Amino acid sequence: MLLSVHALTKSYAGADGPVPVLRGVDLTLAPGETLALTGESGSGKSTLLHLVGGLDTADSGEILLDGQNMMRLDDKGRAALRRSAVGIVFQQFNLIPSLDVAANIAFQARLAGRYDAQAADRLARALGLGAQLDKYPEQLSGGQQQRVAIARALAARPKLILADEPTGNLDEATAGEVLDQMLALVAETGAALMMVTHSRALAARMQRQLHLRQGTLA
Amino acid sequence: MMRAALSALLSHWRRNPLQLFTLVAGLALATALWSGVQAVNSEARASYDAAAATLGDGQYDQLLPAAGNTIPQATFIALRRAGWLVGPVVEGRIGAQGARVRLVGLDPLTTPAGLGPMTRAAAADLPSYLEQLPVYANAATAAKLEGVIDAPVVIDAGIAPDTAIADISVAQRLLDRQGDLSRLIVATQQPLGRPPLATVAPDLVRQPASGGSDVGRLTDSFHLNLTAFGLLSFAVGIFIVHGAIGLAFEQRRGMVRTLRALGMPLGPLIGLMAVELLALALLGGLTGVLLGYLIAASLLPDVAATLEGLYGAQVSGTLQLRPAWWLSGLGISVLGTAIAAAGALTGIARMPLLASARPRAWATARTTTRRLQIATALLLLTLAGALTVLGNGLIIGFALLGCLLIGAALLLPFLLDVALAGAQRIASGVTAQWFWADTRQQLPGLSLALMALLLAMAANIGVSTMVSSFRLTFTGFLDQRLASELYVATDSAAQAAALEAFTAPRVTETLPLLSVDTTLAGLPAELHGARIGATYRENWTLLDQAPDVWNRVADQHALLVNEQLARRAGLWVGDNLALEGGPTLPIAGVFGDYGNPIGQAIVAEPLFRNIHPDVTALRFGLRSDTPKALRAALEQELGLSAGSITDQAQIKAFSLSVFERTFTVTAALNVLTLAVAGFAIFMSLLTLAAMRLPQLAPAWALGLTRRRLGQLELIRAMVLAVLTASCALPLGLALAWVLLAVVNVEAFGWRLPMFLFPLDYAKLGVFALFAAVIAAVLPARRLARTPPSDLLKVFANER
Repeated sequence: MLLSVHALTKSYAGADGPVPVLRGVDLTLAPGETLALTGESGSGKSTLLHLVGGLDTADSGEILLDGQNMMRLDDKGRAALRRSAVGIVFQQFNLIPSLDVAANIAFQARLAGRYDAQAADRLARALGLGAQLDKYPEQLSGGQQQRVAIARALAARPKLILADEPTGNLDEATAGEVLDQMLALVAETGAALMMVTHSRALAARMQRQLHLRQGTLA
Repeated sequence: MMRAALSALLSHWRRNPLQLFTLVAGLALATALWSGVQAVNSEARASYDAAAATLGDGQYDQLLPAAGNTIPQATFIALRRAGWLVGPVVEGRIGAQGARVRLVGLDPLTTPAGLGPMTRAAAADLPSYLEQLPVYANAATAAKLEGVIDAPVVIDAGIAPDTAIADISVAQRLLDRQGDLSRLIVATQQPLGRPPLATVAPDLVRQPASGGSDVGRLTDSFHLNLTAFGLLSFAVGIFIVHGAIGLAFEQRRGMVRTLRALGMPLGPLIGLMAVELLALALLGGLTGVLLGYLIAASLLPDVAATLEGLYGAQVSGTLQLRPAWWLSGLGISVLGTAIAAAGALTGIARMPLLASARPRAWATARTTTRRLQIATALLLLTLAGALTVLGNGLIIGFALLGCLLIGAALLLPFLLDVALAGAQRIASGVTAQWFWADTRQQLPGLSLALMALLLAMAANIGVSTMVSSFRLTFTGFLDQRLASELYVATDSAAQAAALEAFTAPRVTETLPLLSVDTTLAGLPAELHGARIGATYRENWTLLDQAPDVWNRVADQHALLVNEQLARRAGLWVGDNLALEGGPTLPIAGVFGDYGNPIGQAIVAEPLFRNIHPDVTALRFGLRSDTPKALRAALEQELGLSAGSITDQAQIKAFSLSVFERTFTVTAALNVLTLAVAGFAIFMSLLTLAAMRLPQLAPAWALGLTRRRLGQLELIRAMVLAVLTASCALPLGLALAWVLLAVVNVEAFGWRLPMFLFPLDYAKLGVFALFAAVIAAVLPARRLARTPPSDLLKVFANER
């Protein structure tokens, strides 16, 4: 199993004491498997994604990713795990504004020490970014920026891709197009995909769907 | 991993070259002014040390005449015979006016080892030395001596500037002082059982070694003043650096979050940013040191003139690259960057990984920060008030200045906000209301630059008020002290007597200039003998006086002291002062004596002659209603040379020119500091311009043209400059008061009255306004030409 989450809890400080967001979540994900996380706003979807990606720490429970217990890792260890095993696609793209498209795509792969120029170039062309490689993020449309973010995540050849509303900022036609490309490339690389989405239509295209309601899986 | 992260960090500067330029230029300017001042100080100190090393200033005990300026050579011989290990020194000045050289004669056989160049030479090749008996000087001094002396000159770079060293016999011949000595140097090791000094040479007094260069200590306060100015300039520059770093880090928050999300650990990331800053600090520092060298090289001749004029200290007019100052320049650049970046780096280190990636409004003062800033400002200003009442000493004076300036700078954004809020309340038009509200919103981003402008303007007002007050006082002082229409120098006592006899029927008063070096209240001082008459009674204004002061002095029942002696010895009118070899008299008056480093007392001429019968006046001031005719008569009938007669106007002009040169340094630093502040405003406006589109786009969409928005940007810069200037005025005047009433008294020993110069302040205000407009023109022009597509992006989803 690539990912195994057990009895995961997380709460945030509120004005009237801690506000629980996740109340004991269990899930697993096999290599190459695709999973959609759906739920209302505030149901804990993004929090779960962040905890799995090591971007935040849980209150209790267990997260085993690629054989490593995330709960026992410090900040440095979690960063190393993200570098080596995880690719993240954010709703807001989060590209580095001062690097051009080519450098943005290469970035995480270089951080992980797995940069392959030809593979990155192939990936960029497959996503229709061949003519944009020397442009800067501010010169791209939203759809193009999200394609760069996807290429960046895939170029590092991670075992798990975490996507947080990857098409939330795009119009319907562009969103469908971007998702098609992402799913095809994920399948090609053999990575697992865990995607947070509000859209039932998008969720339906994943192999499995999990619905979060008030911090627990329905 | 590190290379990838570093390339991402550096790419920010590549994409924002203006920000990089601001940061490096801010650091360079700050370091330039600081290291320029340090270079000047370092050069001066090296000159003092060279003087101390070659002449033994302050290193050895010395024997000096209790009264008068000379020691008979026979006294030296008597001391040596009695077993005293002393070395003779004769000194005086040679060369043409304006190129005078201090000639010091030493005896290589009796001078303590290591002092002066002849001991080395003598050890190396005594026969040759005895044959040639050369004069030693550095290359610049040697050039001045060319054609002036007949002895061979050997160049020795280690000799202090404007100083020449020779064997005592050569120096006595060149100075025409055969048989005379100026002082005796006492060797550290002395034989036991030698007779006491009072037995062998009762006319000499022993002055203990001061452990360092006397002139170095005397000029310490001047260098401290320069250092304080350098530090102020540095602080203004650091405001720019702080702003640039704050903006850069703010804009890179998103990048940092992304880097961390992609697997870059926080520790190495902070380390990389620190290394990046260190590299920038070194780049800025190096540029600053180079600029500082140029500033110092251009200022040094004026500083040398100042030190010569104020303290009689000789300082080389040429600059050398000394490691102490360029290393300190680089060091302070790194330190300044660390101070400026500490907050930003800490913020990044503490930023949660999932924090909002959207840049906060740059340097937005959050409520708690704002409260803390106001509280700190009030605390510092209260401390300044407490130091004014309770503290004394030069360091306390500078601490008071620091508290006052930093406190006021921290309070400025709050004061400006209050003023802008008031304007917003009374504004009636919708554009005006938006303008005031928008200006308030922009205040946090501009506050650092405005603080820099406040400090620069306050420093300008403070220092120019001090200098102008000094100038007025000094001019009045010259009128008082240079009352005689003609000043005549005679060659001998006989010629002096002939002059007195010749002028008696032709002048309204003849004033002999009688003086002798002495010790008063345990301090080195001068005693003057004055012929009390109408000149003194009518022209001299005393700082404080007892009733019937002039009659009491004329009757030998009292004396006058200068302010320096009064303050240093803790004496004032009514206190008694013992005269060396004379009576103890009450002080009847204290007179201002600006520009004189040492204490002075004045007694009536008959009393002076009683105490020092061997001292004759060789220079005289002559009062006459017809100075031209008198001058002609002195030249033609008495046969005096034209060079020996100086008229009052010449001396005044010369004194004023020395004065003006003295303050060239502060004027130059003033202008540079103000320029740095103008640069800070320019850079802040330019960098803020791009970030302000979200605030300006709605106003544009609702009907304000881009041209109008540009005009409003200009007006905003002017309004903020005027408001800052109105805060700078009271601060500058407070600064002037501290400089005149606290720092000057501690540094120079005199207190100056404070005058106000409204026209100068108005000119400075116009200058600041002009600087603000110049700084705002380019950003306003950019705004007026912003493509509508850029403004529309504000409303687009993808932004």
